[in-house]
Amino acid sequence: MSDVYILGVEMIKFGRFPEKTVPQLGAQAALMALDDAGLTIGDMEALYCGNLYQASAMVGQRILHEIGQTGIPVVNCANACATGATAFREAWMAIKAGAYDLTLAVGVEQMGKGLIGGGGARGKGIPTEGLLGSGTMPTVFAEAGMEHARKYGTTFEQFAKVSVKNHHHSTMNPKAMYQIETPLEMVMNAEMISYPNTKLMCSVNVDGSAAAVLCSEKKARELGMKRAVRVKASALTSDPFTDRDLVMPDVNTCTRRAAAKAYEMAGVSAKDVDLVELHDCFATAEILHYENLGLCGEGEAGRAIDEGWTAIGGKIPVNVSGGLLSKGHPLGATGIANIYEVSTHLRGEAGKRQVPGARIGLTHVIGLGSACAIHVLEKVA
Amino acid sequence: MAEQAAASGPLPIVPFLKIPSEGSPYLEGQRCRACGAVFLGERATCSKCGGRGTLEPAPLSGRGTLYVYSIVHRSFPGVEVPYVSCVVDLEGGGTVKGNLIGIDADPAKIAMGMPVETVFKVAPRKDAEGNEYLTYYFQPRS
Repeated sequence: MSDVYILGVEMIKFGRFPEKTVPQLGAQAALMALDDAGLTIGDMEALYCGNLYQASAMVGQRILHEIGQTGIPVVNCANACATGATAFREAWMAIKAGAYDLTLAVGVEQMGKGLIGGGGARGKGIPTEGLLGSGTMPTVFAEAGMEHARKYGTTFEQFAKVSVKNHHHSTMNPKAMYQIETPLEMVMNAEMISYPNTKLMCSVNVDGSAAAVLCSEKKARELGMKRAVRVKASALTSDPFTDRDLVMPDVNTCTRRAAAKAYEMAGVSAKDVDLVELHDCFATAEILHYENLGLCGEGEAGRAIDEGWTAIGGKIPVNVSGGLLSKGHPLGATGIANIYEVSTHLRGEAGKRQVPGARIGLTHVIGLGSACAIHVLEKVA
Repeated sequence: MAEQAAASGPLPIVPFLKIPSEGSPYLEGQRCRACGAVFLGERATCSKCGGRGTLEPAPLSGRGTLYVYSIVHRSFPGVEVPYVSCVVDLEGGGTVKGNLIGIDADPAKIAMGMPVETVFKVAPRKDAEGNEYLTYYFQPRS
């Protein structure tokens, strides 16, 4: 079966844009990706749009109202924090199935500030937040991190080092929300939100959009493959039953299953991967995914962060974009933004943060509920 | 250990907290006869094995061990912080989330794996109609 290629991929600089509408933000990235591919909306045969907070508001069609109402099929996707990656995967699958030669995937989100998650009164009764534990995202991921601490003795300091690293990376990424160094003492002494996650260990709520133009092999040969990126694998899983999943979302099992599928489909192993953009919604989460994605051995994640394996220049750089922690996490855009990041490295266009000689990269997102999406991308030329 | 709920007493904070007219409150799970999976709250189908009509009520133990926790310092308006959010594995099956009380909210004092027990108290919140609710907490057990 022939491969699918990314011909154009772009993201806007993440930030706060309350004056813009969601479709306007999505339209910006869509036009940038079309320009990057040297194509127009008139060339696109279908649009897959990812947005979470306006999932019932026909965001994809409204993006076309901004950039060109060509009458093509539009599918709107919502899949928690895997929303953008799911839209990308649908665009990929439509080409894989032979239905189209050129599709557009757009991910966009406009976020409020503050805590996400937490138990409210569902219709009747009283809110359970703070009585039956906490359902806020910082707590859920703190507890997931404490499971790693329980098994392997991972420390608060090791979790904090993830944030130091990712904030450092984002100083080299002009599209990140923040470009500031956050030394270890600063991360550890920041306001404690949910131990062991301090405020600087929580991803930033930002507005953002990202888009990709996907293309069949036949069409790519016709249009030119010089900057094309090959999609070697796309995997999506939901959460299988695990014993504590009812009260403690298991982000590990669905990631491990998606990783196994993706590596098999791509015909590569974790050792072949030159860079990874993974779902560091909280510093604790990144540690778990080193092992879930096979970037290090079981129980080795603490050592990996201590010894700089995952820092730029290390043996497997992770989140050189700054990650969700510093680049920002506009839920529906995140999955395509990390595809943009990896593609930019494979194209050799990542400037100061370029991972030298990158040939294969992996992107990972996880949405609670749960959905895990992994893509493996490969340099072509 | 459990406060007795009066006949016209507080309502359960969640459906799986049972308040019998006689005896002590307890948490009730649903156990799948086919695969042994334990759920909280009533359901028709087992999501582990897909069994239909295989679930039956199973009272959960009031004793367990602390699996993991987090100390919550930032929450929503009106929620008193800091507090300890925890996940507890109950003896004989079932995992429940709740607040851990009777211990300092200090990582140096809290040991994952420590024995805990459930305790039932009237919640410090009422609903819009002024109804009281019975809730459960976990506390260290010796």
